[in-house]
Amino acid sequence: MTQQMFPLVAKQALVRRRGKVLVGPIDLTLAGQGTSIVVGPNGAGKTTLLKMLHGIARMGGGSLDWACPMEQAQQRQAFVFQTPIMMRRPVVENIAYPLQLIGVPRKEARMRAAQWAERINLGDALDRQAMLLSGGERQKLALARALIREPDVLFLDEPCASLDGRATREIEDILQEVAAAGTRLIMSTHNMGQAQRLADEVLFVLHGRIHEFGPAKAFFAGPKTPQASAFLRGDIVE
Amino acid sequence: MADLWDGIAQAFWLLVTLDRDLVEITLRSLRVTLTALAIASMIALPLAALLAVRRFRLRRVTIAVLNALMGLPPVVVGLLVYVLLSRAGPLGVLGLLFTPTAMIIAQVVIIVPLVASIAHQSLRELWSDYHDLLISMNASQVQRIKALLWDGRRALLTAALAGFGRAIGEVGAIMVVGGNIDHATRVLTTAIALETGKGEFAMALGLGFVLIAMAVAVNLAIHWLGHTESEGRW
Repeated sequence: MTQQMFPLVAKQALVRRRGKVLVGPIDLTLAGQGTSIVVGPNGAGKTTLLKMLHGIARMGGGSLDWACPMEQAQQRQAFVFQTPIMMRRPVVENIAYPLQLIGVPRKEARMRAAQWAERINLGDALDRQAMLLSGGERQKLALARALIREPDVLFLDEPCASLDGRATREIEDILQEVAAAGTRLIMSTHNMGQAQRLADEVLFVLHGRIHEFGPAKAFFAGPKTPQASAFLRGDIVE
Repeated sequence: MADLWDGIAQAFWLLVTLDRDLVEITLRSLRVTLTALAIASMIALPLAALLAVRRFRLRRVTIAVLNALMGLPPVVVGLLVYVLLSRAGPLGVLGLLFTPTAMIIAQVVIIVPLVASIAHQSLRELWSDYHDLLISMNASQVQRIKALLWDGRRALLTAALAGFGRAIGEVGAIMVVGGNIDHATRVLTTAIALETGKGEFAMALGLGFVLIAMAVAVNLAIHWLGHTESEGRW
């Protein structure tokens, strides 16, 4: 039995770049269940917040602690970037790559990757170069690649930005499946409909700070702060 | 103008009759340069990837030095290798001076900076694409380097070809350390220099055309083998 990862506790966590504070200081405790959706205006620090929680943004202060040792935690999480990063190799090898990194034999890795490709409707494109895929296909590939190690936590940074309705639905379907199977999702989005469909809890981010944090139902029914209600109404929040 | 035509005719005859000396020095040219290229690539390509992936204190300086060394004068390299390998030099006991091995060493020194610089340039771009992904996946330093070298292999081929071009046409260094000894260290470029010195322009030109044709042929062969231009490949 693997150790519990949650709660994730951030204390006064801070990310700075060139002397400017991008995110933080943040005090946050994330529990082990459900889907957290990060919302907020452009430039509020959603991406940086996700990257910080994932551990790929260098922290300028504070601490970030998983319930299990850091090394173990790193192995058990994955990240889907806003613009999917395609490795310059065929689809199947893109999806299999994370498995290869942890020493899964090539044949088995390719087999599991092929199954995932099937699941995201890329089953007949296994040997196509990933760089030649369309935007929606790329994002699905990135999702499959992130999920192939069966992470306990999956971070997603606006995975459906600039995708059409069908591609968005395909991705949401997969997300709901893995969430139901117990994967913890932490995802940012600009699509409020999507936020309402997926969220169990909401983090409203403004100016690099967590402005409001609570159960999704309550947040969408009646935000506690004027900025959040302005944001939900679609007003411009400065 | 007459010399040029004579040269073309000479080259034609040398090729058609498969002149034994010509075949010998051509093969030696190829052997020396391809060996040097293989060794240089084994040094330069991982070095380029390491410079792209790893942040260490002397990284910028190393890159600047490599770039500067791209313009290393071959004859000076030849001189340095000569001093190292000469009987009285530190590596004199090996008895390598005036052998093809000495020529290989000199060419490796000349092309490592060139291959490493060009390779680093393209791997750096690839790394800026891959950076977040590989770090997010927890790839180790070695795994990152491997991924860059494999996925960037077509760009690396270009770097290697540039190295080949510089080495195959190089005369200053191999003349000094090889000595242009008939049947031992004579290669196409040194033979051309010799024939020109003797006033045998037609022969020199003939050899020159053979050299150019060979360089083009090797490039085409490598491109063809690597499917560089075929559709949809990277």
